[in-house]
Amino acid sequence: MAQTLHIFAKELRDYFVSPIAYIVICIFLLITGWFFFATFFIMDQTTLRSYFALLPLVFPFVIPAVTMRQFAEELHIGSLEMLLTLPVRLSHVITGKFLACTAFVALMLAPTLSYAVWASFMGDLDWGPVAGGFLGALILGAAYAAVGIFASTLTKNQIVAFIVGMIICFGLSLVDKMLFFFPAPLLPFLQYLGASSHFENIAKGIVDTRDLVYFLSVAFVALYGAHLVMQEKR
Amino acid sequence: MIHVEKLTKYYGDFCAVNGIDLDVRTGEITGLLGPNGAGKTTTLRMLTGYLEPTSGTIRVDRHDTSTDMLSIKRLMGYLPESAPLYHNMLVYDYLDYVARIRGLADGKKDERIRAMADLCGLRGIMHKPVGELSKGLKQRVGLAHAMIDDPQVLVLDEPTSGLDPNQIVEIRDIIRTIGRDKTIILSTHILSEAEATCDRIVIIDRGRIVADGSTEMLKQGAGHDRTISLTLAGVDAAQAKAMLSDLPGITGIDEEPSGAPGELRLTLAATGTDDLRAAVYRAVRATDWTLLELRQEGKSLEKVFRELTQEA
Repeated sequence: MAQTLHIFAKELRDYFVSPIAYIVICIFLLITGWFFFATFFIMDQTTLRSYFALLPLVFPFVIPAVTMRQFAEELHIGSLEMLLTLPVRLSHVITGKFLACTAFVALMLAPTLSYAVWASFMGDLDWGPVAGGFLGALILGAAYAAVGIFASTLTKNQIVAFIVGMIICFGLSLVDKMLFFFPAPLLPFLQYLGASSHFENIAKGIVDTRDLVYFLSVAFVALYGAHLVMQEKR
Repeated sequence: MIHVEKLTKYYGDFCAVNGIDLDVRTGEITGLLGPNGAGKTTTLRMLTGYLEPTSGTIRVDRHDTSTDMLSIKRLMGYLPESAPLYHNMLVYDYLDYVARIRGLADGKKDERIRAMADLCGLRGIMHKPVGELSKGLKQRVGLAHAMIDDPQVLVLDEPTSGLDPNQIVEIRDIIRTIGRDKTIILSTHILSEAEATCDRIVIIDRGRIVADGSTEMLKQGAGHDRTISLTLAGVDAAQAKAMLSDLPGITGIDEEPSGAPGELRLTLAATGTDDLRAAVYRAVRATDWTLLELRQEGKSLEKVFRELTQEA
């Protein structure tokens, strides 16, 4: 447990001692800020729905960029050998890195809380869906971070890790919007597999255990996959 | 301290380590010697838990690697080949991180980091990023990484590669000092280094142990073959060769290019337990040749190594 915390602290700190964190956060705020405020006045409604609706499409770009270095870089420079021969388990390492990425997502979302504060001055804001939206954004981000970490274990090349992570996350975001391409018997399964509908439920302010279980399963399967891949490399 | 039995590792179809048995006692410095690709690094990686053996067992101080790797890792400090460290961290931050993961309490941690900085000569570079260090300095940081918890067992993969001669001597001294009461396994392909540092040498070739023993034992175990070099003056080459090769115990004779005109330099291959220098001297004294030099050499470790690792 203590080891997990030390790894978490080191990985989170690494983001902020290099320019990566600031660049990624700036890009994220620019994109979401622009698209949110561009439609905010046209819709003439005091709601953050259009901001939250962006996240399933923005996260697949942003989050794999955050997670791509986690294992790919360690494999590339070989530092994993030094880390894994210290008294830690592989699961400590994976958990620590996952928590660091999730914390990064939280820190990236934090400035957008100001959108809510700002909107509340404009009119009568319903705080229920806003709270649900941020909770949903955090667990959507956590699930995608787990997927990104899995992609990062597959290769030494960070660019490849980024692209693989992006493809999987995009697939999860888009699959329930493209159901008409698939044969009927698969539909219930694919609909459940899509991240967007689960996220939208939570963002409406309905925190249903089914949706929480979905995101927890995605994160667990991805992290377990990462564990298997790393184990296989030994 | 370390007990290895039938250790085998396959990479796909390729057998990197093939049934190694090894026992290492406490307070012994063991050198793993072998040509490139012999399986030294693979063996060390399995010992430290980075790789899993395909079959075979490793026990360290009664813990088995397959069931209790965490306890073994606590006992063990490991310096991987060419010290792959995080580039973006400062040396101090890195050692601090390692000390924390190893669970050193705060007071003890600072004390150990200071001790390591002195021992490995890191005082001046504690606040530099690891990525900016030269290879030799990185190697020293790696050594500090391995020793920070004062481990019972120290595993070093090519500890002196990339170091200049002064640093090599320093690191050798450090290893010697620590090796008095700790168990050390190091790998190297530099023979003189193994000879200078290790109490015991294990030669590995193509995944198998081909020799195991102290340097003296290895040299003797290779038989009683010796070479005798002599330099003569005022002599007819053919006549001298004919006469010397008739001596009992001489198995071969070679003429070497001589340094000066009129000198003949010969190398005799000798076998058997008798000292043949006396016989050679008497043979030469019976003639009117001048004996300028007479020297006998035992087998060098280099020769032992080459013989053991070159059989097809």
